[in-house]
Amino acid sequence: MSFPTLNPPPPTPQPGRETGLRKCATTGLDVCLAAQRFIKLNAVAAIVFLLFGGIAAILLALTRWQAVHLLRVDWFYRILTFHGLNMLIFWMLFFEIAILYFACTIPLKARLFSRKIAWLSFGMMLTGAIMTNVVIIQGKADVLMTSYLPLLAHPLFYLGIILVAVGTLIGVFNFFATLYVAKRDRTYEGSLPLVTYGATAAAIIAVVTLLHGAIVMIPTFAFSMGWISQPDPMWYRMIWWGLGHQSQQVNVCAMVSVWYLIGQLTTGSKPVNETVCRGAFVLYILFINLASAHHLLVDPGVGSSWKIWNTSYAMYLAVLASMIHGFTVPASVEMAMRAKGWGRGIFGWVGALPWRNPAFSAAALSLVIFGFVGGITGVTLGTQQINIIAHNTLRITGHFHSTVVGGTSLAFMGLAFYVVPLMFQRDFIWRKAARVQPWLFGGGILLVSLGMSFAGSLGVARRTYDIEHAGVYGPAAHLFLGIMGVGAIIAVVGLLLFVVLCVGTVFFGERHAKGEPMADWGVAKELPGAPGEAIFADHWAMKGTMVLTGVFLACFAVYYFANWKALADVWYVR
Amino acid sequence: MSISIPARDWFKPPEGAEKLWIGLALLWCFVLSLMMPYWHFRGKQNSRGEAYAVAPVAFMERTEAFVAANKTGERDGVPIVEPAPGGDAYLLARMWSWYPILKLRQGESYRIHLSSGDLQHGFSLQPLNMNFQVLPGYDHVLTLTPTSKGEFTIVCNEFCGIGHQHMIGKILVE
Ligand code: HEM
Ligand SMILES: [Cu+2]
Ligand SMILES: [Cu+2]
Repeated sequence: MSFPTLNPPPPTPQPGRETGLRKCATTGLDVCLAAQRFIKLNAVAAIVFLLFGGIAAILLALTRWQAVHLLRVDWFYRILTFHGLNMLIFWMLFFEIAILYFACTIPLKARLFSRKIAWLSFGMMLTGAIMTNVVIIQGKADVLMTSYLPLLAHPLFYLGIILVAVGTLIGVFNFFATLYVAKRDRTYEGSLPLVTYGATAAAIIAVVTLLHGAIVMIPTFAFSMGWISQPDPMWYRMIWWGLGHQSQQVNVCAMVSVWYLIGQLTTGSKPVNETVCRGAFVLYILFINLASAHHLLVDPGVGSSWKIWNTSYAMYLAVLASMIHGFTVPASVEMAMRAKGWGRGIFGWVGALPWRNPAFSAAALSLVIFGFVGGITGVTLGTQQINIIAHNTLRITGHFHSTVVGGTSLAFMGLAFYVVPLMFQRDFIWRKAARVQPWLFGGGILLVSLGMSFAGSLGVARRTYDIEHAGVYGPAAHLFLGIMGVGAIIAVVGLLLFVVLCVGTVFFGERHAKGEPMADWGVAKELPGAPGEAIFADHWAMKGTMVLTGVFLACFAVYYFANWKALADVWYVR
Repeated sequence: MSISIPARDWFKPPEGAEKLWIGLALLWCFVLSLMMPYWHFRGKQNSRGEAYAVAPVAFMERTEAFVAANKTGERDGVPIVEPAPGGDAYLLARMWSWYPILKLRQGESYRIHLSSGDLQHGFSLQPLNMNFQVLPGYDHVLTLTPTSKGEFTIVCNEFCGIGHQHMIGKILVE
């Protein structure tokens, strides 16, 4: 792989259909044509669902912004159900299947195991998603994304979700089968590339997750059909969060893989230590399985020791993994920049980063928002006792809009700035607008997230149409909801811009001439007389990353202990 | 390179700054883990999840008996009920009300039984911002000691249908 530090390879004759592979003129990689088709299909479907979710998002935010209060009450809960599912489930899962198909074929020079299975997976997922959406919009499933029993939706709602889950499982099977065949046929020698390794970790967790989904959704579907009596609501919560929480670890794994990938594409970075990066992925697989616990921290029927054990044992080693990636990703980029000659001082390399490259800025913002806001709030709110002053308030919604939106969704958008031109072989339209897109979306979502978090700290509940009736929220709460609303407008403009850019490019982008690389977004430059690889001998050279992570740890500690202090001030409870 | 096959000898222990960071992060994770058992024994706020199985109908009956025995007043048609210090109190969540209004004394402990007559609800005490989940079929017992006086509002913070935002209750502390 020579991109981007060396010139593109000389144009080779295009092998074409017989082998099922083509040579990518930009990266020199062998692209499996079948995989390419399904990457395109799944990515396009994902972006359509993102659009649906985005339209819903602005309606919700402008309703919760009490000064605007846009929707009618029934439509608020309906659109909330719609937003949660289209964003968290459909946009994420379709895009992840696209990433999996990429990761198991192109870096390994392998061909996709089966087109038929890929069609089956795609067809089931699409049918399920459409079915669920239709039922929601018809008003037959105003139960929110979590559909907590005894709330009951129309059977087709559950059936739709089951179809999506099973369709995804089939896609994941195709991924594993492709890996197996590639290994057997020796399309590559040695260990899996890190991106594929990370994707494999995501896929393993996805299997466990989707099985939880099946375990909880099938009986609920049967109950909605009147075949069995009602499953226990606490049992439902426990298993549902085995799906709902663990799937977030799939998102995190996929996002981290995307960070490594974009780091390489835009700055030529490579892991400082492969063992550390891979080890961290293994920690995700091993220690996330019981993290559904931290959604049940103030629930009845599960005791303290169960709660404490499952949050700390299962969660903090996964937290460790995220903290490791939070170091190794910026460290690898910093080392690449220093190797290119940008070695002055602690932060001399930062200014020379390719900030105008939208993939890079998206990944960088994603890392910062995920780490500093999402990570710190997540661990704190998920602490057993601190959850008492956070559960079901907008603090929770604020937290996950900085992980799965500012983190994962933004990273996926960044990747699209390469995936779309490389897979469709067309260049982006409106390249200037593309360069600001990540800043709009990232900046907007940061405001959304902070607005929600602070409103939640003042006790404002999530999933609530109107807070006036309670009569306990003052001007500060309304101010923060207003900040959320303004942030939402900015973020949704960024989201719509992203959709327009992608769709416009697919239809109207200029085609690459045969053998021509994609238009360059701009990558990190090398100075004359750069030290190159030699820099890697110094294991303390990543000074900027050390400072950054030090600041991070300090912020973390301050926020964490401030929350214990806040907890100590409320009534005593046992 | 993260997208290409790593060199054969990729297996190396961490060194230098990376090793330091892993050590620090691990240490921090220990602090995170130990804080919870520490607070369990030393802290005053814990969610132990104490709960007993109860049919919704049975819970409603217990609540009615509790109200009949301890009622001291009424506000807007909702009884105000004063449990004995150290005693049991019942709070029934239903679409879309909290029943009854509880009147407590600062510094006294009460065993508050929380349950639902229908869907899941969320007990969210404002402006303190203390939150607990309420499930039908589960008698969720909180041993609660008010440490401040005044009128407190219970907001429902689990979606429970179209009237969810109107589900408001009161706890009075003297
Ligand atoms: C333009 C960006 C977005 C904005 C402005 C936005 C805004 C909102 C708002 C206002 C709520 C309702 C909060 C409440 O009343 O409880 C919400 C809920 C939610 N959002 Fe977003 N959102 C955005 C993007 C996303 C994305 C990309 C995802 C997932 C990948 C996502 C996942 C969710 C989920 C899971 C919920 C909770 C639904 C529930 O409580 O059932 N959002 N969002
Ligand atoms: Cu309620
Ligand atoms: Cu409610």
